[in-house]
Amino acid sequence: MSATTDPQKGGFQLSQLIYDTRYRSMTIQIVALVFFLLGVFWLLNNAAENLAALGKPLGFGFLGEAAGYDINQKLIEYNNQMSHGRAALVGVLNTLLVAVLGCTLATILGVFIGVLRLSSNWIVARIMTVYIEAFRNVPVLLWIVLMMAIFIESLPAPRAFRGDSATASMYVGDAVAFTNRGFYFPKPEMFSGGMVVIVIFLLSIFGIFVFNRWSRKRQEATGAILPNFWISLCILLIPTLLIYFFLGRPIGLEYPELKGFNFKGGIYMRNSLIALTFALALYTAAFIAEIVRAGIMAVSKGQSEAAFALGLRPSRTMNLIILPQALRVIIPPLISNYLNLTKNSSLAIAVGYMDITGTLGGITLNQTGREMECLLILMAIYLSISLTISTIMNWYNESVKLRER
Amino acid sequence: MIDVGYVRSNMLPEQAPPSSTVGPIKWIRENLFNGVVNSILTLLSLYFIWYVLSGLLPWIWYGSWTASSLKDCREVIAAAAEDHAGGHGAACWAVIRERYLQLIYGFYPAELYWRPNLAFILMLVALAPVLFNSLPSRMLWFSAVYPFVAFWLLWGGTLWFPVMIIVGFFFGYFAFAIFSKALGSLAGAIAAIFAPLIWWFIFTGFASSTVSSMIPLGLEAVESAKFGGFMLSIIIGVTGIVLSLPLGILLALGRQTNLFIVKTLCVGFIEFIRGVPLITLLFVASTLLNYFLPPGTTFDIILRVIIMVTLFASAYMAETIRGGLAALPKGQYEAADSLGLNYWKATRLIIMPQALKISIPGIVSNFIGLFKDSVLVSIIGLMDPIGLTNNIRADANWNGIVWELYGFIALMFFIFCFGMSRYSMYLERKLKTIH
Repeated sequence: MSATTDPQKGGFQLSQLIYDTRYRSMTIQIVALVFFLLGVFWLLNNAAENLAALGKPLGFGFLGEAAGYDINQKLIEYNNQMSHGRAALVGVLNTLLVAVLGCTLATILGVFIGVLRLSSNWIVARIMTVYIEAFRNVPVLLWIVLMMAIFIESLPAPRAFRGDSATASMYVGDAVAFTNRGFYFPKPEMFSGGMVVIVIFLLSIFGIFVFNRWSRKRQEATGAILPNFWISLCILLIPTLLIYFFLGRPIGLEYPELKGFNFKGGIYMRNSLIALTFALALYTAAFIAEIVRAGIMAVSKGQSEAAFALGLRPSRTMNLIILPQALRVIIPPLISNYLNLTKNSSLAIAVGYMDITGTLGGITLNQTGREMECLLILMAIYLSISLTISTIMNWYNESVKLRER
Repeated sequence: MIDVGYVRSNMLPEQAPPSSTVGPIKWIRENLFNGVVNSILTLLSLYFIWYVLSGLLPWIWYGSWTASSLKDCREVIAAAAEDHAGGHGAACWAVIRERYLQLIYGFYPAELYWRPNLAFILMLVALAPVLFNSLPSRMLWFSAVYPFVAFWLLWGGTLWFPVMIIVGFFFGYFAFAIFSKALGSLAGAIAAIFAPLIWWFIFTGFASSTVSSMIPLGLEAVESAKFGGFMLSIIIGVTGIVLSLPLGILLALGRQTNLFIVKTLCVGFIEFIRGVPLITLLFVASTLLNYFLPPGTTFDIILRVIIMVTLFASAYMAETIRGGLAALPKGQYEAADSLGLNYWKATRLIIMPQALKISIPGIVSNFIGLFKDSVLVSIIGLMDPIGLTNNIRADANWNGIVWELYGFIALMFFIFCFGMSRYSMYLERKLKTIH
């Protein structure tokens, strides 16, 4: 369409709308828009007619009604007298919880496995290949239900921890219990003065940033390199620990204890949450490992040789030369894997974890019969989560992009 | 001449290299024990492999194939456990022996298994000319007719219904030929779209029932509720990919154009579909799709699922093909322009054949993803392999069986998907040498 037609002599003719390249693209677009709008109108009209025939016109009032069902894993206060909207919010937070836990775990595992797959040790590299192929080629739903089955079938029931002849035992000095109902962890408890410790801790994190800036400036000015890592670690730990013991240990731990047939106290993570997180993380880690491997292999060998020729040590070569270049290759596919993990977390419904699909798209939908509204909100929520993640990550990607001068 | 005695006049025979620098020993030293850390890693890995295999292999090997229920199975295994050392549990493969046909075909009538089998074999025949370009291109005609053959074989019913659908395409072709000659190509294109649509929506049902009442040719009809197992996964995966290909091409072209409105619509559709999980689209298929159609319309759940899966796959397909279009050198577009080809001719003759060839590996991996995702239909109550495991466990005989079923399904999926991914890697290598 790069060719242009000479302007015709005489007045405007109707056929010019099709044959004149100045107008043709406009015509095509308007026709397409009209057809699209007609199609949308037809669908919406049908939907309105059908909903009216069923006697449930579109409306979001049901979100304010009492939900009437319980949610067993929740981050915010919720009981069954609260509204459907509140239940949906609990679900959104549960989705985000799985997404954050899963992405973190998947990244750690994925980087670890991807690096090990490049190991010069033949057998280690082979084990990692088997892991990657096994997880990539089996549906994630199967891994989720399988992981759930592993937790239910192979972990001891809480009553196995009971009595003198207990067949199961808690770990880490009676602090952590793995049962087939879920995992129990100690929960931090605040006494008076606990806030002071937290404030000091946050201040020391800020201090690390200040120190690192100062240290970088000093290095640029004088060339002298400080042991940054160890000094940062000291700044992080020493003031906080000093204050902690000086104030008489104002933050304690509430340990889970076996009372009756179940554990009480501590942080309780249901096994549906754990199974879902692990399955998603292990599955996504296989993809991330391949991305990491591709990223590291994409940095040409000359780069590390040049760094060695400059006299950089292997650790600095990795940190200063290889990683920044590899990250550019790694980040974009990594983003789409984070998105996939978040979207796959909707499979929670298969193991009964109450994420947004389980609350809004599951029980609320079935109780109120409001398919249209529930699914619209559900899709809008997932869409906004996806778009937010990809916007943030694109912004990060932009900031590490190669600037060609 | 002076004979210089201290220079050797004949070569010594070559000696074998030291045993530590050749053969397996050298390989082991270089790959497993080069350094302290690697040696420790090797030993740890060996221990890990031994630990996993020593638990897994006896469980698989001493499994029982001959019981009729889980209880029987456990008794057989307990009796056998005294014979071999270790004595821990073993698999109950009897459930696979009893139910493998169900896991493959769902509740499809057993005496009609030949139909899906034939459809599967014909599918390979239809795929062959697409994948291997050494075959005669006349075979592509069979590939074009295959979807209708497969539909007829799987669902049965009268032969005339798929035939009448094909007739619609001929109407489209004739309408194009007549109108484009009389009124120009644009009118021809519009006629080619509307003539078959009118035929399909208004006359097809009537025509097929009339003809079949005169010449009753048909197979025993099988309703969708009986479809299940891997057959269902393959149907959803293959149909989704095949139908999403034309849609994906259009969307990719739409995303590439400089027509603002068309581009916005395409980008909006693609990003919307890619932003929501497949499960929400399946919920739409199971609960919502009928609302969007004229009142009183109801149709088959598998068809509704296929529609949504096709829309889902077409967004991903569009992105794959867009990658192919972007990878094409700019000179190809310019050469097509300089030959004086218009947009559609250039796209059809120059751009698309090359772009599609580049995107074949991506399309295969899309297919793998869709095939794996097809198990999600178990959540809306269809009997795919994972849905069938619940069904089998609902049987009192097999209540409580987990590992054997999941293991079998995982193995089947692994064989399919691993095979296809290797094939796509082979294709990638083969195509790379061409460019």
